[in-house]
Amino acid sequence: MIQTREAEKNTALLNVDQIREDFPVLGRMINGMPLAYLDNAASSQSPRQVIDAVKLYHESHHSNVHRGVHTLSQEATSLYEEAREKIRAFLNAASLKEIIFTSGTTDAVNLVASSFVEERLNEGDEILITHLEHHSNIVPWHILCERKKAKLRVLPINDRGEIILDNLDDYLTSRTRIVGVNHISNALGTINPVKKIVEAAHRKNIPVLVDGAQATPHEIVDVQDLGCDFYAISGHKMYGPTGIGVLYGKQELLEKMRPYRSGGDMILSVSFDKVVYNELPYRFEAGTPPIAQAIGLGAAADYINSIGKKAIQNYENMLLDYATRKLGEIPQVRFIGTAREKASLVSFVIDGVHPHDVGTILDGEGIAVRTGHHCAQPVMDRFSIPATTRASFAFYNTTEEIDRLVAGVRKVIEVFDA
Amino acid sequence: MLNTHTRNLYQDVILDHNKKPRNYRVLEGHSHMAHGDNPLCGDKIDVYLTVDENDVVVDVSFMGDGCAISKASASMMTTMVKGKPLDEVNTLFREFHQMSTGKLDPDTEANHLGRLKIFAGVRDLPARVKCATLAWHTLDAALKGDRKVSTE
Repeated sequence: MIQTREAEKNTALLNVDQIREDFPVLGRMINGMPLAYLDNAASSQSPRQVIDAVKLYHESHHSNVHRGVHTLSQEATSLYEEAREKIRAFLNAASLKEIIFTSGTTDAVNLVASSFVEERLNEGDEILITHLEHHSNIVPWHILCERKKAKLRVLPINDRGEIILDNLDDYLTSRTRIVGVNHISNALGTINPVKKIVEAAHRKNIPVLVDGAQATPHEIVDVQDLGCDFYAISGHKMYGPTGIGVLYGKQELLEKMRPYRSGGDMILSVSFDKVVYNELPYRFEAGTPPIAQAIGLGAAADYINSIGKKAIQNYENMLLDYATRKLGEIPQVRFIGTAREKASLVSFVIDGVHPHDVGTILDGEGIAVRTGHHCAQPVMDRFSIPATTRASFAFYNTTEEIDRLVAGVRKVIEVFDA
Repeated sequence: MLNTHTRNLYQDVILDHNKKPRNYRVLEGHSHMAHGDNPLCGDKIDVYLTVDENDVVVDVSFMGDGCAISKASASMMTTMVKGKPLDEVNTLFREFHQMSTGKLDPDTEANHLGRLKIFAGVRDLPARVKCATLAWHTLDAALKGDRKVSTE
């Protein structure tokens, strides 16, 4: 019963009814039912504060950044740079020079692959990732390894969906040029011991890139404490707009890296004989950046801070416990991913029913979940399944919505006589 | 009670074919065969046909993994095309495809779809159209001599 009281206390920390008022889309009806949006790990909804920041920019301040001397351009530039500062503080990076705006996590990983790893990777070298990675932290490395005749090595996971660290030292060899690991698994929700991995890799001077796409909405991310060399995030996973992400990189590494995309804004001077590249972080931001989206992302960080990471964590953990308990009462439901450290999502299968049929029937009830391989096919292969149904929770979700999910799943089982 | 959209799709006939797929086996001595993939869902299917010298589909079967819609569609397809001449099979393929994509209303326009009309509901669920049509695309590929087909 202690748990129940704890749950009540956590709920009390958040005024969810008031929070839901901030998210216009949560008022929508889907197929005649109120939307229960449980697909936050794929993309989270934006609060009015984010939408308004983007709107205000378009209505009053839109111009190109870092270029004009006119008023609008200066306003746009300061809004864009203020957003960078908000993200710096959000990740606790040491310097603004370490915050590079990208189009998302995928773009950030590709930046590191192309500008940092490529020239350091030779035939026979190794890149180490884990079995839990999203395709975005597999494919760029696979392509690079293929081109350089290098080897992609994979840290295994156990039946709970946790990375097995026992032989980590054997995987970190004198040929390892980088380690890529996600902070939280998008498919299973496992929270990975990235700090431990960073420490082990650094003992052998191997740099580490952390895919933080799933972590920023749930975890208190402190890149200096983690000690990682690179940290990649996406705006739309943390209540911000799509088309914007961030690569955090340690300044001393970024300084030594060659440019990624090339064009305007990433240069200091250009002649046909000689190009002098711009200083950090602009060297890695060629062309007109996604200005409105960066401002929106800054507003999203503000919003998360206004609620409080700790309160968000407590509340979402309560949702996770509730969903695990309620779905666990259904004998036909089999959870995939039962890590001891887990973010607020449940991935499951119902024997005899394909997840896409589950997804369609739940949609008929106004419930949005993700069904499929979650861009993590190796994880699916590990558990010998083609796909799962995944419900992922945000701080605006409620236990009532989870009750509807559970009722929906029971309906699926009834229809399919599973 | 299911919502109207989903009830239209998950009718008893479809659920029954999903649970007890007909002609679900490898066809020994087949004359045509193709493998179909729906990479988005991970659905996989093999379609086998035996076509005789008069261009009649004398036997047909399938094997595969997928959702209820794809499995039931494959199962009902085999029961429909068995014993039919190729020109009628091709007409069915065309009409089924048109119905699934909302270009043919089987209730108001002339067609030969018969009990396949039950799949008309997928036109309201764009994400599921490929599930219903995968078996048919694979059958078409087998008859054209392509060994592999993907709905991407």
